[in-house]
Amino acid sequence: MNIFAAIGRVFLAFLAQTGRLTLFMTDSVTSILRPPIYWTLIGQQMLRIGYFSLPVVGLTAFFTGGALALQIYVGSDRFGAESFVPNIVVLGITRELGPVIAGLMVAGRVAAAIAAEIGTMRVTEQIDALTTLSTNPIKYLVVPRLVAAVVTLPLLVLVADAIGVFGGYVVSTESLGFNGAIYIKNTVDFVTHDDVASGVIKVAVFGFIIALMGCYNGFHSKGGAQGVGNATTNAVVSSSILILAANYFLTSILFSR
Amino acid sequence: MTQTGDTPKIELRGVKKRFGSKVVLDGIDLVLERGHSMVVIGGSGTGKSVMIKCVLGILKPDEGKIFVDGQEVTRLHGRAREAVLRKFGMLFQGSALFDSLLVWENVAFGLIQGRGVARRRARDIAVEKLAKVGLGSEVAMLAPSELSGGMQKRVGLARAIAADPEIIFFDEPTTGLDPIMADVINDLIVSTVKDLGVTTLSITHDMASARKISSRIAMLYKGKIIWNGPTEEIGTSGNPYVDQFIHGRAEGPIKMEVRS
Repeated sequence: MNIFAAIGRVFLAFLAQTGRLTLFMTDSVTSILRPPIYWTLIGQQMLRIGYFSLPVVGLTAFFTGGALALQIYVGSDRFGAESFVPNIVVLGITRELGPVIAGLMVAGRVAAAIAAEIGTMRVTEQIDALTTLSTNPIKYLVVPRLVAAVVTLPLLVLVADAIGVFGGYVVSTESLGFNGAIYIKNTVDFVTHDDVASGVIKVAVFGFIIALMGCYNGFHSKGGAQGVGNATTNAVVSSSILILAANYFLTSILFSR
Repeated sequence: MTQTGDTPKIELRGVKKRFGSKVVLDGIDLVLERGHSMVVIGGSGTGKSVMIKCVLGILKPDEGKIFVDGQEVTRLHGRAREAVLRKFGMLFQGSALFDSLLVWENVAFGLIQGRGVARRRARDIAVEKLAKVGLGSEVAMLAPSELSGGMQKRVGLARAIAADPEIIFFDEPTTGLDPIMADVINDLIVSTVKDLGVTTLSITHDMASARKISSRIAMLYKGKIIWNGPTEEIGTSGNPYVDQFIHGRAEGPIKMEVRS
């Protein structure tokens, strides 16, 4: 019977966790439009989440675009279709790799930072202090981060798209012998608004996931330094998994149109 | 001692709280009269913090009722809860200063965020409150992390009194301080309470502090209030649990549960 008890306990814990997360999410989302709205904090978070993620996201996008160009060249060369490299690079970057790479990099950078900051505030009673000072911690801490992530990640992914395509361009022209002008013309002719828009929609959802998981894990951390450490790990792991899962479902929805 | 016809400032009736299978509060009945300074004593892990968090609404009691100024506050949330919390100031055990804000922003936080006071005006009030706890205006522009533990406590106290509360809670105000600084904080508490005429509820296991800052003492043991009386009578309570606690004896009716 013990094994059933163990399975049951895990299942119940999972349900409780899902319930807590759902309540937390509902509370956070419904708080977005209820005053007071902390514009300064939203601005600060946009800077921290969006702007300061630019170097990391830009670098990874550049190398991903370059590697993508090489791989596609290797594949398409086998049946003489290497002229499609620019088309497939831009498609791959805008529809898939740009948003996913940006999402995962920001998950590592930002979800961890949010969870560590809010987790420390939880264990040092700063969140309780907010409550006693008549300030709703959800509105003060969670809403600015959620809004900032959902607004800035699409902007970030537009930059990542451009840099990723540029990475492909550099590799193709420098080591694969493509003509630069033709490469750019093929890229621009081929890419459509829908390609870019589908990536932007996806990454906005990823931004929501990142901020939500960072805040949720931070809020529910307990027990000092180790608790904050666990919260940080959980924030990164859960947001990464949710991003990849959401990516599949969003792609299948956006693809079917 | 009770002022006749006055509703108590805070009243707890049969408050129970458990975490999982662990019963922390097992039916707390406590009345705090207006203008009194009550200290709740009890060992570590007896639920003192949980009790005040229930009053503040940070935790929801499983059973029982809590009244503030005769108004039931047990199930309030949102705006109504914020309105009640405006009556409270709280000094946290670890001061709980916001480390992302400057000292004056910490002190003025409740004024700016909670009551919409303009920043410049709030800053003047913050400097004034810092002066009340013996800190100069040069401290106002520092970050909390640049201050010693004793100074952080003072800033915490300034923050607790910044919005002129009617009730102040002190959570272990002297824990982690050296004996001299602890006494300085005790004196500060006594003088602020006298100046402001507020009602206070403190929790501590520091008996010297408890004697100094209270007019009444209650003892919490195993989730219940087992003794409640004027501070002068604590030495002659005749209650073996209280006697053991105030004299700090390892032997007695209270058996320390090493495992929680």
